[in-house]
Amino acid sequence: MQAYFDNSATTKPCPEAVEAVAYAMSENWGNPSSLHFIGNKANELLEESRRAVADVLSCTSGEIFFTSGGTESNNLAITGAAYRNKRFGKRIVTTSVEHPSSDEILTKLEGEGFEVIRLKVNSEGKVNEQDLFEAVTQDTILVTMMLVNNEVGSIMPVQSIKRAVARAKSPALIHCDAVQAFGKMPVKPTQLGVDLLTISSHKIHGPKGVGALYIRKGVKINPRAFGGEQEMKIRPGTEAMPAIAGFGAAAKALPDVKKELADATEKRDYMVAELEKIGGVEFNSPKDALPFVTNISVMGIKSEPLLNYLSARGVCVSSGSACSKGKKSRVLTEMGLSHERMESPIRISFSRYTTKEEIDYLIDCIKNAKNDIRAIK
Amino acid sequence: MKEVILIKNGELALKGLNRRTFEDMLIKNMKHRLAPVGKFKFTVAQSTIVAEAVNEDADLDRAVEIISKVFGIAAFSRAIAVSKDFQTILKNAEEYLADDLMGASTFKVEAKRSDKKFPLKSPEICREAGGYLLNKFPHLTVDVHNPDIVVNIEIRDEYAYIHGKQIKGAGGMPTGSAGRAALLISGGIDSPVAGYMMAKRGIELIAVHFASPPYTSERAEQKVHSLLRQVAKYSGRIALWVVPFTEIQEKIKDYCPEDIFTVVMRRMMMRVAQDICARERAAALITGESVGQVASQTMPAIACTDAICEIPVFRPLIGMDKDEVIEISRKIETFDISILPYEDCCTVFTPKHPKTRPTIQYVEEAEACYDFAPLLEQAAKDARFILIENK
Repeated sequence: MQAYFDNSATTKPCPEAVEAVAYAMSENWGNPSSLHFIGNKANELLEESRRAVADVLSCTSGEIFFTSGGTESNNLAITGAAYRNKRFGKRIVTTSVEHPSSDEILTKLEGEGFEVIRLKVNSEGKVNEQDLFEAVTQDTILVTMMLVNNEVGSIMPVQSIKRAVARAKSPALIHCDAVQAFGKMPVKPTQLGVDLLTISSHKIHGPKGVGALYIRKGVKINPRAFGGEQEMKIRPGTEAMPAIAGFGAAAKALPDVKKELADATEKRDYMVAELEKIGGVEFNSPKDALPFVTNISVMGIKSEPLLNYLSARGVCVSSGSACSKGKKSRVLTEMGLSHERMESPIRISFSRYTTKEEIDYLIDCIKNAKNDIRAIK
Repeated sequence: MKEVILIKNGELALKGLNRRTFEDMLIKNMKHRLAPVGKFKFTVAQSTIVAEAVNEDADLDRAVEIISKVFGIAAFSRAIAVSKDFQTILKNAEEYLADDLMGASTFKVEAKRSDKKFPLKSPEICREAGGYLLNKFPHLTVDVHNPDIVVNIEIRDEYAYIHGKQIKGAGGMPTGSAGRAALLISGGIDSPVAGYMMAKRGIELIAVHFASPPYTSERAEQKVHSLLRQVAKYSGRIALWVVPFTEIQEKIKDYCPEDIFTVVMRRMMMRVAQDICARERAAALITGESVGQVASQTMPAIACTDAICEIPVFRPLIGMDKDEVIEISRKIETFDISILPYEDCCTVFTPKHPKTRPTIQYVEEAEACYDFAPLLEQAAKDARFILIENK
């Protein structure tokens, strides 16, 4: 049996996306900028895909800019806002548990003279709202925060940012990395009160190599790349049509998010109950985490041997996040976990395709691992 | 507790005995425009229209976005309607406005009491509610002159309404209250703005676009669709007629002196548009002309164009500078579409040295070289119909 529990790393493309990618490579393969009928047809596909993505965010299609993925969107949003706004100040507020695609670019900006305030998280992996209010000052030019943490699934108080910015009478733009939240919980930029929002295709059963940046109507940021007129010059370059068409199709194929969320909660609660029965399992995710992500420590077994053991039995999980394999988790360190728990974190992440049978199989494998791996030692 | 939208209909209040008709029209427009969001119920009380979603999960953010673009509304606000128990009012004000209050440093409370049976008088409501909120949000201070946020409490007959800031509406008169007119649209910056401005005065728009393939592309026509879709967010849906204009333009080129091409072309356009108006019961034409902008928009040129018009031609941009037009086009978000670089019917066969002071006699002589009438009639007949929805 195979059981895939690494959906925070990537998801299996849905049939609709696969079909759309093939269609954009075999039949509708034109350059959307060309003025002939083949170009026009490609342009229609481009705009249809844009509308599909915009519909999921309840925004207008003019607010969606396609990029090569989450990393590029985060980089573009952060540098674009920082450079645009630098005449107002140098201060950027973020958290200490951002994804590397935000964190590393912030470090680079620090090297250029920007001041980056990284808010600490509590034991639940969340920043304290009071800290946020104190950190945002009148010369803050950007606040960037992830909506759902990729390692433990904690949900951040993104909605409070606009309150903090308003209270400080700050010119700051607000960016949210919603890669892990998109398609898994209701994500509405207007409701979150953000100006910029990052999403990615391959986390919602679309192809890799494409994502988008939502830029609220009227908000201006500086581009990072220069060339043609595509994507309103924010992200020039001939559009990656197969990937974009696949993204659009995957967005269209997203089921009712609220219902999915309820389903995932039920499955997660079932899994947690079963894991608790095994004993010796600690839960690193907070209770109110996004139910699609559960981070646990099977005490006494290091992450890597457990991951290998499960993989040999057809079960895919991850040790922390896929983007920084091997390194000690920054998020768990920040949360102040004990040394022993830090040795053995395993991230189990669901998708809408996750079944109860898969969960039962995972539980069985972990049970056996506890005997077998100890026996090896 | 339920969330509603309170709508103030500015100029309509001045309409005396016709007011009810205007209000009904406004409500009908709002109902139609809000249809994609869901069904809404409207009640009118003391110059305020209360819009309430029938189904609970209706997306009010989208509804507000739509309402902000409906003409005939001076101002509106999102509010909650709660039962008229003072403790309930306080509790709900605290929860409902938490977002705004957390984001503010200073505030004040304003109260209106149209139900005089309510036990507290307006100043008492302000004082009590102010004290309550100060207690709940210790970071706030009261500033009655220049507060970051005003907490409004309105005690009306059935409910108490609580709302924060009031949002400016699109202004103007309800679409349709002034009748119907045809907008001549090319794809440039001006015509969408002209359409928007006349729609604002209550005119229901239809649109006429002249397509000259192969001189103009399919993209140019799509651009017009996009522009109208944007205008339709304000004006409501627009019936677009796309007139096949190639042959007429070619004949102008073949038979008329070059220096007068554009004026002749404009006169032909006016004639076809008038035919369409007669058929579609539109009572005027709308163009984006502004005096002196180009050779065909000098006073003598406009006089030549007007000479063949039997219905009024509205030119709302006539006295405006390009900057001013661009400012509006940015506001209604047509600018970025307008500047897409496709040839339109007006730039085909542009003369090198156009006559800036044409006389009617000169133009009429030029036109007499060819019998345009049958072509014009046919063009109006062959016009393609496309309904531009406000989505």
